[in-house]
Amino acid sequence: MSLFYVVALLSTFFALMTIFTKNPVHSVLYLVITFFTFTVHYILLNAQFLAVVNFIVYMGAIMVLFLFVLMLLNMNEDVEPMKSTLVKVMAVIAGCCLFVTVCGALHLFDTQTPLIEKDPSIGLVKNLGQVLFKEFLLPFELSSLLLLTAMVGAVLLAKKEPKRI
Amino acid sequence: MELSFVIEKFILVTIVFIVSLVVAMYSTLAERKIAGFMQDRYGPDRAGIFGLLQPLCDGGKFFFKEEIIPSGAHKTLFIIGPTIAIITACISSAVIPWGQELTIGERVISLQVADVNVGILYMFGVIALGVYGIMLGGWASNNKFSLMGAIRAASQSISYEIAMGLSIIALLMVTQSLSLKDIVAQQSGFVNWNIWVQPLGFIIFIVCAFAECNRVPFDLPECETELVGGYHTEYSSMKLGLYMFSEYINMFVSSALMASLYFGGYNFPFMNDLGLSPNWITILGVLAFFLKIFAFIFFFMWIRWTLPRFRYDQLMKLGWKMLIPLAIANIVLTGVITVLKDLYF
Repeated sequence: MSLFYVVALLSTFFALMTIFTKNPVHSVLYLVITFFTFTVHYILLNAQFLAVVNFIVYMGAIMVLFLFVLMLLNMNEDVEPMKSTLVKVMAVIAGCCLFVTVCGALHLFDTQTPLIEKDPSIGLVKNLGQVLFKEFLLPFELSSLLLLTAMVGAVLLAKKEPKRI
Repeated sequence: MELSFVIEKFILVTIVFIVSLVVAMYSTLAERKIAGFMQDRYGPDRAGIFGLLQPLCDGGKFFFKEEIIPSGAHKTLFIIGPTIAIITACISSAVIPWGQELTIGERVISLQVADVNVGILYMFGVIALGVYGIMLGGWASNNKFSLMGAIRAASQSISYEIAMGLSIIALLMVTQSLSLKDIVAQQSGFVNWNIWVQPLGFIIFIVCAFAECNRVPFDLPECETELVGGYHTEYSSMKLGLYMFSEYINMFVSSALMASLYFGGYNFPFMNDLGLSPNWITILGVLAFFLKIFAFIFFFMWIRWTLPRFRYDQLMKLGWKMLIPLAIANIVLTGVITVLKDLYF
């Protein structure tokens, strides 16, 4: 339990650093460390497979692509575009809404009864696969459809317009 | 956790660490010797007999050279870059089973540092992390050529990771386990090696391994004619040494991975018919495993002096348009064969 608090503190710290750093590349690097602490959280929750997949997909692929784009754009404090007041106001309102939602969720959360894990091997690949393909087949297939749609969209956007003769 | 367990693992980790460093050191010599052999010349032969002390001299030279951090560079990230590269290279060997169990007195010692039940995925994660070392180093140098080299390296390894992962999925369909220990234990003897059931998967895997290690013919990240030195243009002394060292350690680890996934790891033909005691079989198994690893390292070097390099667009085309469809076809084929085998045999 004490390990959880240490890791949670680190996650919060690095998440805050992500927001408050001026340099976009540093910001992404802090985000990478935040994701790493999430991986540790998953391991603490006995979900090894999820931990490793989070590690590979988020840290190893998505964040590298983020870093990629930021390095190519080469943004820094000097060329940071000025945001209009309207955007700032909207961001504040959206942030407040999120805060209220989180507070409400925390309020409803029952912290009295301790959560007992029934099966410690639930996070293994075999059990996860069984659950995904039996109990949650429909949501699983729907989300794969969603991913496929996004992929087709991305390919379509990346494709060059054919030259008309 | 008892103390003897900790001591045992500590000794094992130390041995693995030293062995991978020594192998990486002597890979540099082997590379030059093999280059010499293939080009009909001697190669380094001045330091020690057969040039055996050459790696030590190179190491000493790396340490004593002046360390330069360019004034425009981002200092912290410039140092973190090679650090990540060498750390990820060294920790990836943790899940490789180097041999079976050794029995000393009452104790049974497993020759694997950590039997993680998602061992292969752990390897993939660590390999994916290695990209950060190159990218950070390249970006922090504040040099156009370094940045271009870093971006080339990163996009190359991301592209080939996909094909590599897909080729592994077909293998996992056969082995039914993600733990490297189980996968190697299944391949006892000679006929059970995974290469016989996954030949196409192995070819895809080895091509991707070449690309992941930035070896010829995929060594585009460093290119004298276009990019000066690639991502390590601005690096000097031991920081450059660490980048090069991590490359050789990666080569060693990927050879070990290929040997244990497809070529039976520590298993060798007729191992159960020799009538030797289990300890001797384990020792012979470790030797057989290293023989396989060295064969793969030799293969890496052989290719280097045989094939010319690709152009960058050809490299991307090969990765995305050839290897990924082939790997998917391999998965489908494996699935169909598995089902047919269940139905009819």
